[in-house]
Amino acid sequence: MASEQLEEYLESILDIEEREGIAKTSSIARCMKVAPASVTEALQTLADKGLVSYVPYKGANLTETGREMASKVKRRHRLLEVFLSDVLHIGEGNIHDEACKMEHTLSDETEYALCKMLNAPARCPHGSLIGPCDRQVGSCTECQDNPKLAAAYPLRQESLVPVTSLTPGQKGIIAFIRGDSGVVQRLTDLGLTLRTEIKLVRKAPLQGPVEIGVRKTRLAIDHAIADHIFVSAGRETS
Amino acid sequence: MPGGHGHNGHGHGHQFRHHGQIREYMVALAGNANVGKSATFNQLTGVDQDIGNWPGKTVERAEGILQHQGHRIRIIDLPGIYSITALSTEEQVSREFIAHDHPDIVVNIIDASALERNLFFTLQLAELESPMILAVNQMDLAAQKGISIDFLKLSTLLGVPVIPTVAIQGKGMAELSDAIVTAIRTRPKPHVILYGREVEDRIQKITALLPVKAGDYPARWTAIKLLEGDPDTVWEVKKESPDAVTAARTFGAELETMHGEPVGTILSGERYHAAEQMVADVVTIQTAGQQEMNVTEKIDRLALHPFLGYLLLIATIGGLLVWTFIIGAAISEIMLHYLSLLAPVEPLISGSVTDIVFNGAWTGFVAALTLIIPYVIPFYLFLALIEDSGFLTRFSLMLDRGMHKMGLHGKAIIPLVLGFGCTVPACLSCRIIESPKQKFLAAFLVTLVPCSARTIVILGVVAAFVNIWWALALYLFDFILIVVLGRIAFRVLPGESVGMIMEMPDYHVPSVPVVVGQTWQRTKSLIWIVLPSYIVGSIVITALYALGFLEPINTLLSPVTVLLLGLPVMTGVVFVFGIIRKEMTLLALAAIFGTTVFSTIMTPVQLIVFALVTMLYVPCISTILALAKEFGWKKTLGITALETGLAIVCGAIAFRLLSLVM
Repeated sequence: MASEQLEEYLESILDIEEREGIAKTSSIARCMKVAPASVTEALQTLADKGLVSYVPYKGANLTETGREMASKVKRRHRLLEVFLSDVLHIGEGNIHDEACKMEHTLSDETEYALCKMLNAPARCPHGSLIGPCDRQVGSCTECQDNPKLAAAYPLRQESLVPVTSLTPGQKGIIAFIRGDSGVVQRLTDLGLTLRTEIKLVRKAPLQGPVEIGVRKTRLAIDHAIADHIFVSAGRETS
Repeated sequence: MPGGHGHNGHGHGHQFRHHGQIREYMVALAGNANVGKSATFNQLTGVDQDIGNWPGKTVERAEGILQHQGHRIRIIDLPGIYSITALSTEEQVSREFIAHDHPDIVVNIIDASALERNLFFTLQLAELESPMILAVNQMDLAAQKGISIDFLKLSTLLGVPVIPTVAIQGKGMAELSDAIVTAIRTRPKPHVILYGREVEDRIQKITALLPVKAGDYPARWTAIKLLEGDPDTVWEVKKESPDAVTAARTFGAELETMHGEPVGTILSGERYHAAEQMVADVVTIQTAGQQEMNVTEKIDRLALHPFLGYLLLIATIGGLLVWTFIIGAAISEIMLHYLSLLAPVEPLISGSVTDIVFNGAWTGFVAALTLIIPYVIPFYLFLALIEDSGFLTRFSLMLDRGMHKMGLHGKAIIPLVLGFGCTVPACLSCRIIESPKQKFLAAFLVTLVPCSARTIVILGVVAAFVNIWWALALYLFDFILIVVLGRIAFRVLPGESVGMIMEMPDYHVPSVPVVVGQTWQRTKSLIWIVLPSYIVGSIVITALYALGFLEPINTLLSPVTVLLLGLPVMTGVVFVFGIIRKEMTLLALAAIFGTTVFSTIMTPVQLIVFALVTMLYVPCISTILALAKEFGWKKTLGITALETGLAIVCGAIAFRLLSLVM
C-alpha cells in the first residue's frame, strides 16, 4: 500500500476513534468512500506494520505508533488548511481536498516553517484543534524568536493532549503552552508552569470555561485559552 | 512590646508624613485576590475609619487608620493581584504604589491553604525590597485541610516576621498590629531569594552595570525586569545605562536558548521552584483532613450545573428585581409617608428665604434617605453576600459564554452587577479586565446599566404613576440595548479580545463583619455625595427658579424636549440638573412643578419617555469624571455624546409609538 493511502487510513481511524471509541470497518469504508473489502485488506496491512490493533468483525484501534503518525498528518492537514485559506485566500470549499493531497508530501522542515509563519495557529478554518508539534519546545514564543529551526530541538518523548480533552478528574503534567507571551505569562504567574501537575476539575457546557486544579487552587480558564495548554495525560482519579 | 515607644529618630525622615503633632506611618496590604485582605483591613481599621473614599478618587485602594500603641498608622488596601509583572492596571497600580510612595511596611497577606501560589507573589514583592511582614491568613481553613505550617522556619527563610491570622474571626490581629509597630522601628527587609545559577549569575552581572538606585526601583529588581525585557524598564534605563540594557538583551537570548522558554516564563518558573522548596520545608500535611474540602465541590455541583446552575442564576436576578420593584418600593413609600408627617416634603417656590432653604434641604434629605435605605443598602448587602460567599465568581463562569457575544468574558459580570448600585465604582472595577479593549467596552456597557439612581427615577416616575409593568419594560429594554450595543461596539472598536482566566475561590459562610464592612464602605461613599448634592441641589433649583433663571434654558432646549420628545417645556432644565445626579431629575421636577404627584403634570406617555431619556442620556458628572480618569476625555466625551443621541432617538421613537397605543 502506498504511504499516502496508508496515512489517509490512519487519519480516518483517528477521526472515527475520537467519535465512536473504536473504528468499525463499515465506518471506515463510509468515511473513505471505498468498499468494506478493501478496508479489511488495508487494516490487515496496517496491523502487520504495527500501526493498528485490528480485531476482525469488531474494528480497529490505533497503536501508540499509529496514533503518532496519524496526529502528525492531521496536524499538517490543518496547518495547510490555515495556510490555504488565510494566506492564499482559497475558497472554503476547496481547502480540505487541497490539503488532503499536500499533507503527505510535507517534510518536517516545511511543517515547522509553516507553523512559525502562521504564528502557531490553534485551530483550522473548520474549528478543529491543531495538535502541538513533536519537538521539545516549552512555548511558541521561543520558537518564534529563535532564528534556528524547530528541527534543532530534540523530539518529544511522550504524546501530548490539550488539557480540554482530559476527562473530569484526570490529571496531566504541563508539557507545552501555545500562544503569545502575554497569555503564557499570565498562565505561568498563576502557577501553570511547565512540568507542573494539573487536574481537570470540570468543563462548563457549550465550550464554556474549564476549571483546572493547580497548586491547591482552582482556576476557571476560557476554553480557547485552555486549548493551548498541552499536557502529557496521567491516570484518572475520582 | 511596651506601649507608646518613641517615634523619633528611627527610620528615614522623608518617608514619614505628618499629621498634626503625631507622625503618621503608612502600611500597605498586598496579596492575591481572595486571601482575606478586606477582612484584615476591616479588622485593623474598623474603629477609626477614614472618610475620604470618594467615588472616582481613591476607590482603587481603600484607606483607613489604625491607632495602636499611640501610633497613627494609615492602612492602604491595594487591589488583589497574583503577580507584579504589570500586565494589568491593577498590577501596575500596586507596583507603582510600593515603589513610588514608599510605604513604611508592606503587609503581605497570604492564604495558608494555597501557600505555593501565594509565596510566588511574596517572592516578587520581596524583590521590591520594602520592609515586609507576612500575615498567613485563613489558618482555620488550612487546619481543616490538615495543613500545618512552621512559622518560625518560614520567618527565618524569608527574613521577615510571620504572623498566623484568621482575619474573619479577628484572630491574630493584635499580634499583627504589634508586629507592624515593631517593624516600623526595625524595618525588616526580606532576604534576597537567589535563583538558579545560570539565571542568578546574569542578574548579578546586569546589576553591576546599574547605578545603586535606578529611579524608584532597587537595582536587582531593575536588572530582573531588564532581563525579562519589560518595555517600560528598558525605556527608563536606556538613557542612563545603555550597557545594562544591551547586556540584558544578550543574556536574555542566551537563557531562552538554554531553557527553551521566554525569559519571563523562566523567571516565573524559578520563583515557583523557590516557592515549592519553601513549602516543602515548612509545611506538613496530614491526609486525614483531606475529605473536608468537598463542601465546595458539592455546592459547585449545583451552582455550576448546566441546568440547575442557570436556574439559580435566574432566581437570583429575579429576586433582586422583586426586591427593587415591590419590597424596596413599598419601604420607600412608607418612609416617605412618615417623613412627610414631620415636615411637608413639598417644595416651596415662594415665601421667605429661610423657608425656601429649609424646605429645599429637607426635601433633599428625604429624597436621599428614601434612596439609600430601601435600595442602596439592601443591594450592596446582597452584593457583599454573593461576593464574600464565592457565588459571584460562579456567576462569572456560568455567563462567560454569553459575554463572548459582546466581546467580553465572564469577569465583566462583576462590574456590570456593581453598576446596579453605582456606576462610578463599577467603571473603576473594570480594571479587573486585562485587555484595554475589553476594559473600555465593559465600562461603556456599565454606564448603561440602570444604577440605583436611575432605578429610583423609573420607580418614582413610571412605577408610581403609570404602572409597574411599564417600569419593568423599561428595565428590559435597557438590558436588550446593552446586549445590542455591546455586540456593535465589539465589532467597531479596535483591539483584541482575550479570554477569561479567573481563580475559583472555595465557598465559605459570609462573615458578618466583612459583609457589613463592605456594604458600609460602598454606601458611605454614596452618602457623602448624595446628601450634600441633594440638599445643595434642591436649594439651588428652587432659588434659580424663584429668580427666573430657568426660562432661557428651557427655551433653548425646547426643540428637543417639546418637538422631538413631546415633553413639557419645563423638563429642559430638569435634564440639565440630572447631569449632576440622575435622581436630581425627580427633585427638580417636584421643585419646578411644585408637586410630587407627577401624574398631574405629565401624561403616562410623557412619564415613560421622561424616564427612558433620563435612563439613557449623559452619564452623571461623577461617572464622566471617573471615565475620563480611566480612559481620557476623548473616549469619555464620545460615550457622552453617543448616549445623549441614543436617548433622544429612543425617546422620540418611544413618544411616537406609545402615543399610538396609549
